[in-house]
Amino acid sequence: MTSIPLRSPASVDDALALLRAGRYVADRSLATAVFLSLRLHRPLFLEGEAGVGKTEIAKVLSESLGRRLIRLQCYEGLDTAAAVYEWNYPRQMIEIRLAEARDESRETLDEEIFSDRFLIRRPLLQALSPQPEGPPVLLIDELDRADEPFEAYLLEVLSDFQVTIPELGTIKAPSPPIVVITSNRTREIHDALKRRCFYYWVDYPDAPRELDILKLKAPGAAEELTKQVVGFVQKLRKEELFKLPGVAETIDWTKALVELDRITLDPATVNDTLGALLKYQDDINKIRGNEASRLLREVQTELAAPR
Amino acid sequence: MSGTADSSADPEADPGTGALTANLMHFARALRAAGLPIGPGRVIDAVHAVRAAGITNRTDFYWTLHAIFVNRRDQHDLFDEAFRLFWRDPQLLERMMAALLPQLQLPPDEARKPTTRRIAEALRGNEPERRAEPEKIEETVDATLTWSDREVLRTKDFEQMSNDEVEAAKLMMAKLRLPFAPVPTRRYRPDPAGARADLRATLRATLRTGGDLITLKFRTRRTRVPPLVVLCDISGSMERYSRMFLHFLHALTNDRSRVFTFLFGTRLTNVTRYMRFRDIDQSLARVAGAVEDWSGGTRIGHSLCEFNLRWSRRVLGQNAVVLFISDGLDRDAGAGLAREMERLHKSCHRLVWLNPLLRYEGFEPKSQGMRAILPHVDEFRAAHNLASLEDLITTLGEPATTPARSAFLWQGKAA
Repeated sequence: MTSIPLRSPASVDDALALLRAGRYVADRSLATAVFLSLRLHRPLFLEGEAGVGKTEIAKVLSESLGRRLIRLQCYEGLDTAAAVYEWNYPRQMIEIRLAEARDESRETLDEEIFSDRFLIRRPLLQALSPQPEGPPVLLIDELDRADEPFEAYLLEVLSDFQVTIPELGTIKAPSPPIVVITSNRTREIHDALKRRCFYYWVDYPDAPRELDILKLKAPGAAEELTKQVVGFVQKLRKEELFKLPGVAETIDWTKALVELDRITLDPATVNDTLGALLKYQDDINKIRGNEASRLLREVQTELAAPR
Repeated sequence: MSGTADSSADPEADPGTGALTANLMHFARALRAAGLPIGPGRVIDAVHAVRAAGITNRTDFYWTLHAIFVNRRDQHDLFDEAFRLFWRDPQLLERMMAALLPQLQLPPDEARKPTTRRIAEALRGNEPERRAEPEKIEETVDATLTWSDREVLRTKDFEQMSNDEVEAAKLMMAKLRLPFAPVPTRRYRPDPAGARADLRATLRATLRTGGDLITLKFRTRRTRVPPLVVLCDISGSMERYSRMFLHFLHALTNDRSRVFTFLFGTRLTNVTRYMRFRDIDQSLARVAGAVEDWSGGTRIGHSLCEFNLRWSRRVLGQNAVVLFISDGLDRDAGAGLAREMERLHKSCHRLVWLNPLLRYEGFEPKSQGMRAILPHVDEFRAAHNLASLEDLITTLGEPATTPARSAFLWQGKAA
């Protein structure tokens, strides 16, 4: 059984077991996408609201496959110097001066200055270099924050898994890394990039799955409390809010409630801890008080009703 | 076990899956006909993927194809429907497609129609094309103003223009360009007068001289125009203006990248994609097809709420400038408008309100809708003739150093 997590999964069921072993409760649909991406060596493109567990998938994959996780956090203006490679200029300058002192010829100096010694490897180049544990997991996080030029650059990297450094030549990965790209959809990613990936929309989980997640991630919570929390959050997601609570918020809230030694929900507690679930003042004002009590009453009657 | 995986590398090797390949191809064609952008490469991908995953059960098969063919969240429903239909009885769909095929070639012809109509019109001479506008005004205007001169056209209210003048104004409008003050990005370009040292270029230059001299090279930040988001009111009171603005917006969209256009009356419609057609008639035809609330009432607060909830995070990133085009006359009497306007203002870089009502001397923003909007805009401008649009263009070209100056002036009047 222990051998399973270290191999690539052979079927969708395997992929499901792999994610489960990494303490990630996944849909079968997500497991299918993960399986395809691992099997056909194509990037996995995960889109969804903040806090639904997109980044977590990459972490779980790296952990349960025993590969190194290389993370590239995107931001506007991300360029090759920060994403791919950079030369160590101060050391190069010193080297030039030293070479002068040693009285070396220009040709040897040229070769030495642009050698591996002075190359600083950034995440993308690291991901293409061989690793002792096998191809690493490359997480390109929040790609929508980067600008279009960087997205265009990624096209080459993700289709051929190679980068070109003018002074050194082309560096190609011995075997392609496992690539996970996430996006919060603050802008639309170009179709050309998505076409090279397996696309999956990570949605909010349904009640049974969220219950599973909570049992795994917040095991200290009482059974009754967990059910109420899930019921409440599921109802909250049907409200018209600026930012709906994600799974991460549900887990945070449950942990907070456990710390407060609550075994069931009551209106006062909900009002006091609403900040763990909702992150906008407008949303909090809308829910706090009457609305929260109403939702809570609904949850309680539903849970009390015999199945 | 690994043997089967290896054979998945070449689809031609195994003749046994011929029927599946053909079916996948037909399915892809069905999806393409339904509007998903699917090329032949995607079909090959699908064959590979299905081989890798195997066909064990319907759910896995569904999600395998889903991972290949679906690229955006809004395509999910289309895919779902097509999958359900197709894989229940492929022959049925094939027959349907065969029957539909001749019609599928129709849309391009259809789309060309407005153009031919325009050519026909050009040959035949001008005929009134707007049925909705009251005939009376047209007649009086045509009688009193038989001349049309560029200068007069510039200062003439859109509402009082005759058809000929409207056409001329549209042409002039298409030539207007919005020079937004560019904002600095975090990227650099080489610049001898730059403030930062470009070490990479320096080192290369140094090596070129053999390392004897280290000549410093400099770089400076690149600048870029911010994205532009247009929210245009198309309610009854704005009708004449909004139709003119569509021409303006079309010119704008085709002039530069990152322009997003939304129209609202009682509800919000995103027409960004339609505005990208090169041909203005094609654009307008598509827009007319997509918008259901032309010349109806206005629910500004409701529409803005929809924008804030569904679109603001997707289009207002990267320092977007918002052009809010409306007369501020609200059917809901400004209910919830102030709150939504405040949110909009806080999530964009600069908010400019264009109001055609501002043309009247002694205009005072007294209506509840206007008073709700006014405190939250950076700039408040007239937009009733070409001159005012040109005026707008010059101010937008200046960096927003003193925001809200013009808005402050008007707030005094509203109080």
